[in-house]
Amino acid sequence: MRVHDRIPATVAQIEQRQRTASYLLLVIGSIVFLLPFLWMITTSLKTRQNVQQFPPDLFPTEFAWNNYPDGWTALPFSQFFVNSVIVTALAMLGSLVSSVMCAYAFARLSARHKNKLFALLLATMMIPAEVTLVPQFILFAQLKMLNTYWPLVLPSWLGAPFYIFLLRQFFMAIPRDYDEAALIDGASRLRILWSIILPLSRPGLAAVAIFSFVANWNNFLGPLIYLRSMDRYTMALGLQLFAGENVTYYNQMMAVSVIALAPIVAVFFLAQRHFIEGVSLSGMGGR
Amino acid sequence: MTAAIPTLARTRHSARTREALAFYLLITPWLLGLLVLSLGPILASVGISLTDWSLLESPRWIGFANYERMWADPVMWLSLRNTIVFSLGSVGFGLATNFLIALLLNQRVRGLGVFRTIFYLPSVVSGVSTAILWITILDPNYGLVNYLLGLIGIQGPGWLTSETWVIPGLVLMSVWGSGNTLVIFLAGLQGIPGSLVDAARIDGAGALRRLWHVTIPMVSPIVFFTMVTGFIGSLQAYTLVLLMTKGGPANASMMIGLYVYQNAFQYFDLGYASALSWVVFLLIMAVTAIQFLVARRWVHYEGA
Repeated sequence: MRVHDRIPATVAQIEQRQRTASYLLLVIGSIVFLLPFLWMITTSLKTRQNVQQFPPDLFPTEFAWNNYPDGWTALPFSQFFVNSVIVTALAMLGSLVSSVMCAYAFARLSARHKNKLFALLLATMMIPAEVTLVPQFILFAQLKMLNTYWPLVLPSWLGAPFYIFLLRQFFMAIPRDYDEAALIDGASRLRILWSIILPLSRPGLAAVAIFSFVANWNNFLGPLIYLRSMDRYTMALGLQLFAGENVTYYNQMMAVSVIALAPIVAVFFLAQRHFIEGVSLSGMGGR
Repeated sequence: MTAAIPTLARTRHSARTREALAFYLLITPWLLGLLVLSLGPILASVGISLTDWSLLESPRWIGFANYERMWADPVMWLSLRNTIVFSLGSVGFGLATNFLIALLLNQRVRGLGVFRTIFYLPSVVSGVSTAILWITILDPNYGLVNYLLGLIGIQGPGWLTSETWVIPGLVLMSVWGSGNTLVIFLAGLQGIPGSLVDAARIDGAGALRRLWHVTIPMVSPIVFFTMVTGFIGSLQAYTLVLLMTKGGPANASMMIGLYVYQNAFQYFDLGYASALSWVVFLLIMAVTAIQFLVARRWVHYEGA
């Protein structure tokens, strides 16, 4: 290796070989990472005998398309889907409104104790959810909010530290000269926020919207703890109920799972760029 | 003129007050959330942990009895062990896998966007659906993993039904869903100045030495960051375990977070659950502190 490195012609050859090897490894890796998705889809199309066959087939012997309607109507999944949409939309809106307000304040307004408050905001990101889980439950129970959507939606309207931090970084990156020029022209702060800062931080807003969408759509623990009657269930909770009742109907479970994942996969592909930007910028995300 | 100066000062003063007022008005939602959803609950948690409370009756003050009980509770110790083993496995394998993929992707390969999407997607969809998916994938007889192992002549274990293999099974699933780390690594690798790597190459350093002496030190702060946040996440991860194994078989996959949940919402033992939740808190603090101490030995800060 060492000797070859010194000869220019072979360096190029080695690099080429390395790149081909990388490419090969990446293709194999991709197949491994995609296999579970493939498995999900093929299982969702297998007949019941086909699912419980040993050794298993990777592909269905005959396509059982009726798993989709059968699984979907085994429980009121249409209702669950609508519920998920309602909860997710309200929570997403709340995250956006409250984090924009707070992020703007931290990025642009000065006040006493601002820095201390910001340090506190960062510190609260470290508090494990386990510690606040029980007291929050008691609080919502005492407010008579069990079996309502309040416990799932209200916290989003009270500003999540992670989103505030993320948006503040975006707002800070916009030159203050823009604000000052507009102020001199007589624009109000609200107007500056609306027509200068928000349009310029669209990627940040998109990141918050998407993270919040995914987190709320996937949220399982919240609905599990707070929702009681089945007509309020979200998709996540309905799926878990379905899985618990029908251990043998892997095919229908997978069919419903595919539908439950569809909105997230769709949003992911539409807004991939913002996802990745948000993750690299904040170093976290999606959870 | 003499009259104008105080007026100006006054308007400036009131402008500043107005700005501060606007600041506090705008952060009111967060302040409210801080008090009602974070600080309040933390204080309450300390109080509740000193009581015996089933929510149906009123709380009874029992001092440190919950903590004494916890100390003698074998399930607590087992869950602590399981949590640490799972975290080490999932963070360790997750970082290694993603780092390797990031290195490969950083070779200026074609189709980088497509590969990145493939590796990243599982981490986005993680939830009940993927938990159910992995139950079927890890099924001893009809599952994908044992099917693939069978192709190369290996009889796969019972995974989620085996006390030995349940945690490795969960680790496998968590590595599949850890692609957000990849995006961070890739951003870090792309930030390394090309001149640095070229200089090492001219000095005759081979690929492995360039990796060890240039690339790894340069991204070590990012690796460190993902490690810290990865542990914070995995030490609390239990919703998927709740869905997949409920802590079984024979508590072999009982996690400390899951034990908190079960005590609170299945046994309605709010006092004990609150005491346990402080173990999670201490565990996270301890693991984070250890990482910061060890970091001095291996994390390299450019220009520091």
